[in-house]
Amino acid sequence: MAAISREEVAHLARLSRLAVTDQEIDLFAGQLDVILQAVARVGEVVAEDIPPTSHSVPLTNVLRDDVVQPCLTPEEALAGAPDAEEGRFRVPRILEEEA
Amino acid sequence: MTVTLPPYEDVVARYEPVIGLETHVELGTNTKMFCGCPTDFGGQPNTRICPVCLGLAGSLPVANKAAIEATIRIGLALNCTIATWCRFARKNYFYPDMPKNYQISQYDEPLCIDGWLDVEVDGELVRIGIERVHLEEDTGKTLHVGGATGRIHGATESLVDYNRAGIPLVEIVTKPIPGTGALAPIVARAYVTELRDVIRSLDVSDVRMEQGSLRCDVNTSLNLPGEEWGTRTETKNVNSLRSVERAVRSEIIRQASVLDAGGRIVQETRHFHEDTGDTTSGRSKETATDYRYFPEPDLVPLAPDASWVASLKESLPELPRLHRKRLQTEWGLSDLDMQSVVNAGAVELIEQTIAAGTTPEGARKWWLGELARRANETGIELAAVGASPAHVAELQRLVDEGKLNDKLARTVLEGVIAGEGTPAEIMTARGLEVVSDTGALTAAVDEAIAANPDVAEKIREGKVAAAGALIGAVMKATRGQADAKTVRELIISRLS
Repeated sequence: MAAISREEVAHLARLSRLAVTDQEIDLFAGQLDVILQAVARVGEVVAEDIPPTSHSVPLTNVLRDDVVQPCLTPEEALAGAPDAEEGRFRVPRILEEEA
Repeated sequence: MTVTLPPYEDVVARYEPVIGLETHVELGTNTKMFCGCPTDFGGQPNTRICPVCLGLAGSLPVANKAAIEATIRIGLALNCTIATWCRFARKNYFYPDMPKNYQISQYDEPLCIDGWLDVEVDGELVRIGIERVHLEEDTGKTLHVGGATGRIHGATESLVDYNRAGIPLVEIVTKPIPGTGALAPIVARAYVTELRDVIRSLDVSDVRMEQGSLRCDVNTSLNLPGEEWGTRTETKNVNSLRSVERAVRSEIIRQASVLDAGGRIVQETRHFHEDTGDTTSGRSKETATDYRYFPEPDLVPLAPDASWVASLKESLPELPRLHRKRLQTEWGLSDLDMQSVVNAGAVELIEQTIAAGTTPEGARKWWLGELARRANETGIELAAVGASPAHVAELQRLVDEGKLNDKLARTVLEGVIAGEGTPAEIMTARGLEVVSDTGALTAAVDEAIAANPDVAEKIREGKVAAAGALIGAVMKATRGQADAKTVRELIISRLS
């Protein structure tokens, strides 16, 4: 059985605001399935005495002191923005117009 | 369509409300949660951001130690258990208030869990359960343009300022609070007030609702007695302590009117409106929220060890409720008198005034009298009324020294509020000092005696009580500046 359905791929694409065609859904569903199957194999060796991990290095409490560092200038900050106005990032309309 | 709403007393006689509160507190650290950008309020847009704030490729967040410690201290002050191991999580969503397309938050592993806060309501303690206290980063500010009123609806575009994005934000979530009945709105307000005072006492945030460093969402549901809890709504945009109370009350009434008409409560976000005091439905989400939380791979886990937590516990100050109890004893106040001090928001002000050298009675008289009246009239906080504890202490000292009487002191206080200077400066500048020099007062006394021969005769006959009428005449003639005691002595000596 596939680890991910076409519906789940379509849902994820919608959440990520990615426009995907029906063919692409089939393509990505297949590719994601391979990845998920591979990850699922790790689950087969899960044992009670092995805690889950989210990090490859066994570090904790990597913290920094509360000391101010230089910021970007507004020009630098906005340099990569597709559009800007009055020192702010300009983004398209957020909500679709309601019918 | 206008619906006639049922009266509140009627609603709470028939339904039982359950409330819950989610409070966000911006920490007052020097720098942001995961980078060294400063956190000052205001400033030109996008001047306090860096590659970490913007989520630029190659940037890496590192957690701010001061923010972690502040959060643990809040958790300890709220009697929480501190996690021995926890992680940050990515909350993914598509909205431009975070340039990364996700917010670093905590999900199933909060830093502090399962605590409580005792809140005083009408002299009774109500124990509010705390579900969790977790740490996340604040979002940027969006400005919607092209629409009618700056609202997102109808806007043609939005402008974003990321100065606020990344400021450490502590979220404090209560357990559901059932069983408060008609008092639910007051309990909600008392909780937020107490929480604010606790956090202020920890000195980790300025907790100012009007500046957004303390923000509150209110969950409300209604059920019939003996039945399961109802569907809850979440009211946002509650920006003052008074609004917390009003929002709960109006949402209770609204839900009752829906239920009375046979309708169902929809689980939704609602917006509170300061001007009308009611709530309106937020935009309903077409699909259930799916934030796809997962452990933040750019940060390592937090594992506060016992000695670190113990040293933070050592650093906790006396908490406000106990502090108030101690002050009440020191000031010799009844429960009722202390309650009016608390309700007026005058505890710290009176404390500071006493520290500046005034008696508790002297300090309380001004803050709960003239200044509270002025604050009420103008609808501002007592602390912002324009007089400082130092001013009040100086004013009372001038009264104690006999340089001002009560009436003159009130006039001087008007000047302080108007920003004319310190009480002594105003007294001198406006020539308001009490006149007790006998030479200067004798003429006024003689005039009063001449103008009131019948009263003078009574005093000569030994009816000293009649002197009051002559004192009044002298006070009037000297525009209230005569020292009443000196005047009295002068009258009696001249008529005996």
